[in-house]
Amino acid sequence: MANALSRALDSDLWYSFSRSPVTVASAAVALVCVLGAVFAPLLAPHNPFDLASLNLMDAFNPPAWMEEGNAAFPLGTDDQGRDVLSAIMYGARVSLIVGLSAVVFSTVVGVGLGLLAGYLGGTTDAVLMRIADIQLTFPSILVALLIDGIVRAALPPEAHEGIALYVVVFAIGISNWPQFARTVRGSTLVERNKEYVLAARVIGLSRVRIMLTHVLPNVLGPVLVIATLNLGFAILAEATLSFLGVGVPPTQPSLGTLIRIGNDFLFSGEWWITLFPGIALVALVLSVNLLGDWLRDALNPRLR
Amino acid sequence: MNNLSAKAAAPLLEVRNLRVEFPTRRGTLTALDDVSFSIRAGEVLGVVGESGAGKSMTGAAIIGLLEPPGRIARGEILLDGQRIDNLPREKMRRIRGKQIGAIFQDPLTTLNPLYTVGRQLQETILTHLPMTPAQARARAIHWLEEVGIPGAAQRIDSYPHEFSGGMRQRVVIALALCAEPRLVVADEPTTALDVSIQAQIIALLKRLTREHGTAVMLVTHDMGVIAETADRVAVMYAGRLAEIGPVREVVKAPRHPYSAGLMASIPPLDRKVEHLAQIDGAMPRLSAIPRGCAYYPRCPHVFERCRVERPDLIDAGTTRAACWLHDPASEKQVPFSGTGSTVHV
Amino acid sequence: MPAFILSRLLQAIPVLLVVALISFAMFAYVGDPVAIMLGQDFTEAQRQALVQSLGLDQPFFVQFFRFAVNAVQGEFGLSYRLSRPVAELIAERAPATLELAFVAAAIAMLVGVPMGVYTGLYRQSWLSRFFLTFSLIGVSLPTFLIGILLILVFSVLLGWLPSYGRGDVVDLGWWSTGLLTASGWKALILPAITLGLFQLTLIMRLVRSEMLEVLRTDYIKFARARGLPDRSVHFGHALKNTLVPVITIAGLQLGSIIAFAIVTETVFQWPGMGLLFIQSVGSADIPVMAAYLMLTAVIFVVINLVVDILYYIVDPRLRAGRGGH
Repeated sequence: MANALSRALDSDLWYSFSRSPVTVASAAVALVCVLGAVFAPLLAPHNPFDLASLNLMDAFNPPAWMEEGNAAFPLGTDDQGRDVLSAIMYGARVSLIVGLSAVVFSTVVGVGLGLLAGYLGGTTDAVLMRIADIQLTFPSILVALLIDGIVRAALPPEAHEGIALYVVVFAIGISNWPQFARTVRGSTLVERNKEYVLAARVIGLSRVRIMLTHVLPNVLGPVLVIATLNLGFAILAEATLSFLGVGVPPTQPSLGTLIRIGNDFLFSGEWWITLFPGIALVALVLSVNLLGDWLRDALNPRLR
Repeated sequence: MNNLSAKAAAPLLEVRNLRVEFPTRRGTLTALDDVSFSIRAGEVLGVVGESGAGKSMTGAAIIGLLEPPGRIARGEILLDGQRIDNLPREKMRRIRGKQIGAIFQDPLTTLNPLYTVGRQLQETILTHLPMTPAQARARAIHWLEEVGIPGAAQRIDSYPHEFSGGMRQRVVIALALCAEPRLVVADEPTTALDVSIQAQIIALLKRLTREHGTAVMLVTHDMGVIAETADRVAVMYAGRLAEIGPVREVVKAPRHPYSAGLMASIPPLDRKVEHLAQIDGAMPRLSAIPRGCAYYPRCPHVFERCRVERPDLIDAGTTRAACWLHDPASEKQVPFSGTGSTVHV
Repeated sequence: MPAFILSRLLQAIPVLLVVALISFAMFAYVGDPVAIMLGQDFTEAQRQALVQSLGLDQPFFVQFFRFAVNAVQGEFGLSYRLSRPVAELIAERAPATLELAFVAAAIAMLVGVPMGVYTGLYRQSWLSRFFLTFSLIGVSLPTFLIGILLILVFSVLLGWLPSYGRGDVVDLGWWSTGLLTASGWKALILPAITLGLFQLTLIMRLVRSEMLEVLRTDYIKFARARGLPDRSVHFGHALKNTLVPVITIAGLQLGSIIAFAIVTETVFQWPGMGLLFIQSVGSADIPVMAAYLMLTAVIFVVINLVVDILYYIVDPRLRAGRGGH
């Protein structure tokens, strides 16, 4: 499969990618978002977290093209006089870091438990899959909220502040492992009964080794697809938690936090404070989702 | 059928030079090409050929339900001398079920699982005949009895899954015939059934259509069914007609080498054979039909003309065959008797 | 009642037990309920008394059993944050959430199903393409942004509709409804659209793909071959066959409507259970969280049961006792 993947990257995948204008556009948008976020310290016109550089005189500047706009602040400023564009770039950093970490977390947990369930079978399998079933009954955003709430309750507020980011990653990641686990378990069950696995066992290879060298590569394609589609979800989940005020700490605002802060000024007419972070969020999530859709169709037309 | 009355009466169904095309990304495929035949009132026309030869497609074109993007590119279809291939959707709909009934292959998937068979019969009857719901229900029960469903008056309120496969095909036949169409297109009506039930279904179809004077276009790849049921037979190959004629003639003395091959592949009932005959090679794909006769790559009698020029149906005694062997202008290289002895055994 | 519905009910019991166990564990082990309830000044005797009255000195299973018995009676203790009985708080807030969820679900079904049927039947029309593009955006827009955009347009810019609260409510016994006043309906429109939009697009896409699938089946071809009118083929035969999967997903989606009500209620300051829940999460108010969790679980179980009963009504094959899929 690793071979197959690199072969696909050489030809089919690239072909279907270059043939789909929507996909190319999504990739471009996603790339702009990611680059803007990664190189925010270099590219952003201002440092929104340098309190010394903030000037309340600059507060509530509308976008540059409007009357009273200021060319120094292309997308306007917020109530603190922070440049909205810079805040978005730094915010996207947080959103992406949390989203990616959450996906990596649920991938590791899900693939691990899925392999375990399929490999061990029996009670382990039954218990793990029953837990997955029960968890899937509940919307993952609810699970994430609940976990976040429990951690808040379990820790004193001072301690919570410091690890809030990790809590969010954990909450979102744990709310999504069943999808990965189910896919991997299914493939493991199929693979376990194949002739070559029996043969490999006959010559004395351990099953763990067989699972890792044969099953794991075989499920990487679907896992990659689920992971991509989950990235969009994870970014949205983080934004939702932060919007609800229980996500990342206000000292490290993500796009969701920015939208929540800006929401307070919607009625007084300062719409840009919330709208631009919103547009950035949608552009990022939509492009990631479209890339995920394309990847799913390109890697496996049967996987719906 | 004697020839005199046949000539006097206009055919019930006439298909003239029918060509069906499928536009695809890699160019247009011709699924049917220059297919012409007719069915007289009350007559049973068998249509045989390998899968992919265009038998079912012909049936679909006649009932006006070609799968998009398939379309009739040339030719015409006439019912009672009236063209029906270019009718507006709504007019064609009124012909389906009322004038032309249809029987599909798999009775397990042909009936809507969510409605009782009675409801499906009733809606068909009410669509086509001016009746009250009560009359329609009585007629539905009558038709269930006609097709041999025991306890029809009770079974009418059963769902399809409560019937066996053979019983369901009987229901399908009732559905096809309940508005008394004059023609039924039966597309492999026994293929999906148990061998033990096939004969019953064919006998039922034969009896009902004879009683009601319904003409049948019986599509099948089972030559045994054709020999037993049909008046005339049309042999199709690669989207074209290879031969058409009275069933006895075609079975006994096929004029087209392909028909001969087909007939030789029927297991005889009266004696044991070591090997059944088979035709070497495979039917060409629609995208790769040769320029001349479509059959020439597999034909044991092929000669030069077959490779370059496409034969139309040529009178060959009592049947018509699309084969240059029967054109007086061709210089026959091999005398061909058509007994089937020439094919590979 | 057929056996399979009974078996689904039995299957729900472990789910409820697990959820109750989690709720209880939260209740008993997260934070220190005694310290929170006593506040700053207390004597050791007071502490002992409270521990005893809460039963915290009892063995685990005794405590859990008491918790479960109380939970069944709707007894979840006092909210840490508001110092009022949790059951009372939730009963106060439930009508607002249920009315919102119900109207949102109705919008999603009543608009989503016809849109799905249309896009399934007329795949090539420009309207179908428009609907599909729209649905893609609907799936990618987070609920809270939809709410903010609607507020921006209809409240701030146009000033047509209120942006927060329930409007005037009428008390019908313990149930306060906003459905009987004009201002109640006006206040409901934006939150209900916000909450329903995602489900709407989902249902539309689902109905569309199921329609496409069903339209390819033999029984649809046969229905056409019998000369049935398009109306009867499309709605009598095709649509009804899409209902089984649509009911499943729509049922599950009703569950997520309850979950996303949290977000919608926050955006519109809608005084429902979701808002109560998020305030509880923010202030680590465990009793309310535990009760909310239990209540959601019960709602989900009920929804699943309703879905099963609908199956039973729609699909005669289930009535024949063949069981589920």
